[in-house]
Amino acid sequence: MNEGSSEIRPLWKFHGGVHPPQHKRESSILPIRKAPLPRRLFLPLHQHIGEPAEPVVSVGARVAKGQVVANATGYVSAPVHAPSSGSVTAIGEFPVPHPSGLSAPCIVIDTDGEDRWQELTPVQDYRELPPSALRNVIREAGIVGLGGAGFPSYIKMNPGPRKMIETLILNGCECEPYITCDDMLMRERAAEIVAGLEIIRHALQAERCLIGIEDNKSQAIKTMRAATGKHDWIEVVPVPTLYPAGSEKQLIRVLTGKEVPSNGLAINIGVVCANVGTAAAVHRAIHYGEPLISRIVTVTGGAVHAPCNLEVLIGTPMDELINECAGDMDAIQEIVMGGPMMGFALHRTDLPVIKTTNCVLAATAANLPPPQTVLPCIRCGACADACPVNLLPQQLYWHAKNKDIDKVQEYNLFDCIECGCCSYVCPSNIPLVQYYRYAKGDIWIREREREKADVARRRHESRQQRLAQEKAEREARRQRKKADVVPEAAAAAAQAKKKEAIDAAVRRAEERRQSAMERAQTRRQSSSGAATGTHDDPPESNDDDR
Amino acid sequence: MIAAIIALSVLAVVFGLLLGYAAVRFKVEGDPLVDRIDSLLPQTQCGQCSYPGCRPYATAIANGEADINQCPPGGETTIIALADLLDRDPKPLNPENGVAQEVKKVAVIDEPKCIGCTLCIQACPVDAILGAAKQMHTVIANECTGCDLCVEPCPVDCITMEPIKSDVLTWKWPYPEFRMERAQ
Repeated sequence: MNEGSSEIRPLWKFHGGVHPPQHKRESSILPIRKAPLPRRLFLPLHQHIGEPAEPVVSVGARVAKGQVVANATGYVSAPVHAPSSGSVTAIGEFPVPHPSGLSAPCIVIDTDGEDRWQELTPVQDYRELPPSALRNVIREAGIVGLGGAGFPSYIKMNPGPRKMIETLILNGCECEPYITCDDMLMRERAAEIVAGLEIIRHALQAERCLIGIEDNKSQAIKTMRAATGKHDWIEVVPVPTLYPAGSEKQLIRVLTGKEVPSNGLAINIGVVCANVGTAAAVHRAIHYGEPLISRIVTVTGGAVHAPCNLEVLIGTPMDELINECAGDMDAIQEIVMGGPMMGFALHRTDLPVIKTTNCVLAATAANLPPPQTVLPCIRCGACADACPVNLLPQQLYWHAKNKDIDKVQEYNLFDCIECGCCSYVCPSNIPLVQYYRYAKGDIWIREREREKADVARRRHESRQQRLAQEKAEREARRQRKKADVVPEAAAAAAQAKKKEAIDAAVRRAEERRQSAMERAQTRRQSSSGAATGTHDDPPESNDDDR
Repeated sequence: MIAAIIALSVLAVVFGLLLGYAAVRFKVEGDPLVDRIDSLLPQTQCGQCSYPGCRPYATAIANGEADINQCPPGGETTIIALADLLDRDPKPLNPENGVAQEVKKVAVIDEPKCIGCTLCIQACPVDAILGAAKQMHTVIANECTGCDLCVEPCPVDCITMEPIKSDVLTWKWPYPEFRMERAQ
């Protein structure tokens, strides 16, 4: 035992939490063993958080064990590798383990039984590689968080340009009932975990490392302490057994006393948290060059007579695992991927194991709580006492039930980790988490629709603008055409002017002639008037006088 | 007494000038209410509201010429959002404008049948159909708002509106359905 662990480390508490029955003993009696090679492997292209991978093989292609069959697309994504040698027999939609029960794109490989590896290129000395190159190797190996969320690991191992990683936390809590895959891994392969931990520490340049293990796993704590004895920067810390201590933010709180900010990440407070299984996978990728093609899966539940942990190739159908553990298919009432608190029921038994499958729980009717009638909320506040994130579950329930998406966000719905403590303690048996999941989905859908509407608005507006511009251009062309016929019009105008001038001249001549005639007449009259002795006024003034 | 009157008058003049300046300096161009109504509409540009697009409908609502229940693609959600914004009582969708669709749809061109007449391209309000005269046309499914406007003009009836299939990426948890018992 090293010095660090001999002194008592102060631990903090997170709010709430529950103590569900553990049921961990059943599956932790037998050692880990390899599941038999299945005849057919179904590899979903979307086994992680982020963008689905893109196939790089075609139907009929021969693939070797460990060969890339689908490449990562985009930053948050992970490639998929062939878990065994064989030939690609189909690429298309197949049922996948998802709460929807829908199908998704998969690559199907028929194994040839040879289990022939492709040429492996282990990293000689990872200490000589810069952290970025190390992250690349981990990315190419398709490693994602094996704790359950499946976030691509290489992203977590990027502390960014200025962020100093003070504490690296290795999560061996495994607080969810029934699941023992991390426990067994720590008991049997502690050296692999520590080797992986050293690599992750190198990539992050972290100062110290804490390995958090719930105190119900005394054997794992012992083996991990033995394996880490020679490293003074690692400390194995037993944490009190309390669900959900294995949730990232809660474990960080327990071990460091720090709280991950709302909408923030662990890295914001200088902490990175990784699962023990992930560390072992990193070790295999670096030291052996093996990509992530298998994982430890707990196969348990009342319908399984010999529950145990199997090392399973990704893509293996779950019913083969249940058969391997002497399962009774007819006794299965419900098959759950993950644990009873956070897992989800599957719609069929032959779905493939994916990178995030930590447990296959084949539950009988006796395992499941009898269907309880849902009663109205009595505002007892038990859910608020149990909530490990300090939310107000009954307020969230109230607003989610009324589909008031603004209000649920005001009550910080997105800080909810869906751990299920509130539903577990609810005396009215209200499925609270279902409401929160519904509300989250609703908000995401609306967000997406809003984005789509914005795009449609922009496209519509630019179309209107284009149409207006085209119209203006047509108008301009017409105007130009009009301008082209101007000379003719000018000629016509000139002619009209000429004609007018002529008319005017004619009129003037006429007037002149008339006035001349008048003058002549007046002269004649005046001459006769003089003879008769009358005045010589013009005839017009004569008229006026009259 | 006189000092108070003078002081108040000076204050009134100062604030008057300030307000006058602000009114000029911070004058809002356009009608912000129309923008806010427009941002709540689904932008399908389908014209089922009897206005030629979402923005004209938004303008009509702002002017009090149209009611808030004329948008079938938006359905109940949009009506409630509009009622919230305008502080009115929500009302059911006007059946004269159509019925709300449960599933979103996308236009699909049966490409071998397309004769390349460009009529659908001219009808599409968001330029989501790609093609040229006497060339095969196709729908950019991502940009299609499902407005139906391209179906009518097609002379060979090769456009159909197909429901968008739900996949694992767009799926969401359903609303919990169970009967709540009365407490005893």
